[in-house]
Amino acid sequence: MDFELTKKQEMFRTLFQEFAEKEVAPKAFEIDENGEFPWDTVKKMGKLGFLGLPFTKEYGGAGADTLTYIMAVEEISRACAATGVILSAHVSLGCHPIYQFGTPQQKEKYLVPMAKGELLGAFGLTEPNAGTDAAGQQTAAVLDGDAYILNGTKIFITNGGCADVYIVFAMTDPAKGLKGISAFIVEKGTPGFTFGPKEHKMGIRASSTTELIFQDCRIPKENLLGKEGDGFKIAMQTLDGGRIGIAAQALGIAQAALDECVRYTKERQQFNKPLSNFQAIQWMIADMATDIDAARFLVYRAAVLKDKKKPFSKEAAMAKLFASEAAMKHTVKAVQIHGGYGYMKEYKVERLMRDAKITEIYEGTSEVQRMVIAGNTLK
Amino acid sequence: MKIIVCLKQVPNTNEVKIDSKTGTMIREGVPSIINPDDKNALEAALQLKEEKGASITLLTMGPPQADYALREALAMGADRAILLTDRAFAGADTWATSYTLAQAVKKIGQFDIIFCGRQAIDGDTAQVGPELAEHLDIPQVTYVKKILAVEKDKVVVERALEDGYEVVEAQLPVLLTAVKELNTPRYPSAYGIVAAFDEKEVETWTAETIGGNPEKLGLKGSPTQVKRSFAPKAKEAGVIIKGTAKEAVQVLRQELLAKHVL
Repeated sequence: MDFELTKKQEMFRTLFQEFAEKEVAPKAFEIDENGEFPWDTVKKMGKLGFLGLPFTKEYGGAGADTLTYIMAVEEISRACAATGVILSAHVSLGCHPIYQFGTPQQKEKYLVPMAKGELLGAFGLTEPNAGTDAAGQQTAAVLDGDAYILNGTKIFITNGGCADVYIVFAMTDPAKGLKGISAFIVEKGTPGFTFGPKEHKMGIRASSTTELIFQDCRIPKENLLGKEGDGFKIAMQTLDGGRIGIAAQALGIAQAALDECVRYTKERQQFNKPLSNFQAIQWMIADMATDIDAARFLVYRAAVLKDKKKPFSKEAAMAKLFASEAAMKHTVKAVQIHGGYGYMKEYKVERLMRDAKITEIYEGTSEVQRMVIAGNTLK
Repeated sequence: MKIIVCLKQVPNTNEVKIDSKTGTMIREGVPSIINPDDKNALEAALQLKEEKGASITLLTMGPPQADYALREALAMGADRAILLTDRAFAGADTWATSYTLAQAVKKIGQFDIIFCGRQAIDGDTAQVGPELAEHLDIPQVTYVKKILAVEKDKVVVERALEDGYEVVEAQLPVLLTAVKELNTPRYPSAYGIVAAFDEKEVETWTAETIGGNPEKLGLKGSPTQVKRSFAPKAKEAGVIIKGTAKEAVQVLRQELLAKHVL
């Protein structure tokens, strides 16, 4: 077992750190405050090849591995979790289903420009009555000549309104239940496809979250992803990969909390000594550092398994469960360590605590992760 | 156009500590980076490549680990990389270093511009670039802060001075040393990093490859010897005298009188 990164991965990590520090971090406070989508940063990431990191050159990607992509999400999220999830949702949820299940024509038309960062991607599965229970899909697609007609509403869609390409799930055969769900590639601007208003969120406020509304929206038949009835399989396999991305986002948030606490406790003086000299503080820092390392190993292991084309569903769920709960627990501690200052918006830990919560919810709640882990462990 | 960029891998001196007993740098655990001024030199070359078309050859002398610095520069967009590494080169001062680089440049062959950084953050001598130009017997312009024109047979650049700048024209082939005001170095791209490791090569050249006089290499060929290095004592905290200017001057005068300075 080797815990060392390759020289190539090391160079990537340094690049992500430098980019996050210089381009992402300086804007994080303001875009959180204003709920402003960081177009400028997204374009820069596209130019540098971040938006297609794990895809082969043939499809416009950079040809790096999953672990490298995961480190990008981690380091960007360490500076700004909202920017991190824009990257993760685009790569893992927008591009990956086309990479894995698309036809050569679909890859050429959509994946290539997406991987190059010319088009942004998103994923629409969740509905008002079908969140964790994905089988409750009410969005319907009916074949009519050379097109499917889509009707229904998706909610809480990350990159909603901003993305150009959406992977949308709909029932093509309600009688078949889970096996009656199909996946479609839908372009922004298709007649009958509109967006709800941008949601006001507790955290990751600079990312865009909207409803997707379909009213007699005609999708060309060639935009069916996979076969009719493949939708549930596509959704679940996509989410397995997406979970490593969210786990990396959580890891980045937790690491940022530790960074802030290390700096603050060395500077802040109480009773004529720095906070870092108090054992009560030291223990919190020790627990934080230990959980972050544990989370990092779980997250990287899931990424490496995916690269080796080995099963990683359980490991991705474990990584996401552990990293997101560690992020929540330790951002709360980080605010505590900062005392009154930590409750103020001027201090980064205030944002980190708000941003951490969503990682326990989206792309499968902690409860769903436990279901996946238990299912795999008890089978 | 053919461009050679000389660069050096240096310890990131922002993170370096000095061993107070021996006076030497503690290198352990300190990350190595491309010398910052050399990155400006490379960026200038890359911009010329984009504007006019050029091939960029990187040249460095250093231990085998310097391979990493060359890969990073390849990832930024350079075409070819040569690592001069040999035990015979070890312990070189600036004179032996510039001699070695000059031998390598002669072996590379025809070129139009050599870009160097102004100076390295570990040695701070600013000598290697100018010495290299002398060994090659070509014109040099140091402290280049702006490139005004690059033509078929000449360059026109702004050369930074302490209180202004001068415009200098020089014939090609020429050696230019870059200061940080020249440009902002780009990030390597993801495509570039993958290419630097999977598609491009770092050529290793030894003393034998470059030929020349072996007596002029490394420690043997170095007229400068470091006798002792030490860290200067940390300054003590100063005293701030508060009050109006008149009051402050009174206090200062008394302090200086008491210390027998006045």
